[in-house]
Amino acid sequence: MSEKHINLTLYVWRQKNAQDEGGFVTYEAKHVSTEMSFLEMLDVVNEGLIRKGEEPIAMDHDCREGICGQCGVVINGRPHGPRERTTTCQLHMRSFEDGDTITIEPFRATAFPVIKDLIVDRGAFDRIIAAGGFISAPTGSAPDGNAIPVKKTCADLAMDAAACIGCGACVAACPNASAMLFVSAKISQLALLPQGQPERYSRVKDMVAQMDDEEFGTCTNHGECEAACPKAVSLENIARMNRDFIWSSLTYRPESGGSGGA
Amino acid sequence: MPVAEQYLDSAGKGGFMVSSVGKKVVMAITGVALFGFVTVHMLGNMQAYMGREPMNHYAEFLHTMIHGAGIWVFRAVMLVAVVLHGWAALSLTLDNWKARPKGYRAQQLQAATWSSRTMRYTGVILGCFIVYHLLHLTTGQAHPDFKPGDAYGNFVTGFQQIGASAFYIVAQLCLGLHMWHGVWSLTQTFGWAHPRYNKLRRTFASVITAVVVGGNISFPIAVLVGIIR
Repeated sequence: MSEKHINLTLYVWRQKNAQDEGGFVTYEAKHVSTEMSFLEMLDVVNEGLIRKGEEPIAMDHDCREGICGQCGVVINGRPHGPRERTTTCQLHMRSFEDGDTITIEPFRATAFPVIKDLIVDRGAFDRIIAAGGFISAPTGSAPDGNAIPVKKTCADLAMDAAACIGCGACVAACPNASAMLFVSAKISQLALLPQGQPERYSRVKDMVAQMDDEEFGTCTNHGECEAACPKAVSLENIARMNRDFIWSSLTYRPESGGSGGA
Repeated sequence: MPVAEQYLDSAGKGGFMVSSVGKKVVMAITGVALFGFVTVHMLGNMQAYMGREPMNHYAEFLHTMIHGAGIWVFRAVMLVAVVLHGWAALSLTLDNWKARPKGYRAQQLQAATWSSRTMRYTGVILGCFIVYHLLHLTTGQAHPDFKPGDAYGNFVTGFQQIGASAFYIVAQLCLGLHMWHGVWSLTQTFGWAHPRYNKLRRTFASVITAVVVGGNISFPIAVLVGIIR
């Protein structure tokens, strides 16, 4: 595809800090190469702002390869923009036409407070992981390969769930700001593997409890999360989480107090 | 204390009924009761096409089964289901509104349907409809010439009024929107997702919705055009 140059009008959310009310500011982006990524386009706009002595637009980004989950803004009403299975950094300006106006907003959720401009605090995700999104295993030298047999279909499903990069687009896209796609992916990637079994039913209980504490909304099965997910994490994971949660509730017994067993 | 344990301790591990997933399960279980009921209710009412005698006989059977206790047990179950369904809906909706106080400038939805977007509103309309429906054809306060014991007669004279029939038809369309998303949604809440059955879940929701709503809408229309009189 040959390089073209386009002119754009940007409506960008600017907010000095968490306390500031914030608002949209209009910028003209002139002579934008269609071979730039969306973040590179913002870099160029920011260079212009810096030259004029203005504060550049703050945005999250890191690997710019679509795998770290740092970038993510709502572009024209869609997290990560118009392309399916694409993070903001992998979205290129060839997806836009000359003369387009682009609205750029931060992810909106009570659990994701805006820190500055387009940057939100996704620490809630870390706290959900800390509540149970891990396995407790004695570490030492690497175990022998294939010492624990894993069914191919389970390995594949676990990998599909593990593709989640924790970007938060599911929360941003959900009309209820629910985090259930993220949480269910993190539950599923362990629930589908033998190593995840010992803590399977306490994990789902703890992670769902933390998710509720973080004031995410709840799933009403619209399917917006799946549509927005840059890694195409499936709604089936939410069903698996629900199933495990029900089983966990039906079979729950409090751990014995005191020193407990070995 | 390791960070993970701190969070485990601080996590508000309330019971099933305060958990978001728990409330969704309450929603789904009561949803099964409610959609099961509307299906049986529609089938029972099909007897209107068989005439006065079979329908009134059926109504009498419902009132006298298990020495008259059956209907009260059934009513109690339905009341509990409706109250829990409404409570879960209200509670989850308030949580969801709180989770996104500030919306987007122009969100572009990709997957949500009209049906899924309007669940709250169709639910409220159905709640109002149930109250009206009970006052209309069960207790008779909202019925101009209600005759206790004559289910068939009340059915016919009730639907001969165009206003009442129109409201019934609108309510049934709301029921269709509500059921189509609700029946599929409850399978998701119970965790019945599997590639082998995913298409079946959608088909089941569509067919059961079409049958129930189609059957129910046929009653006022049949009365208005004179097929049932």
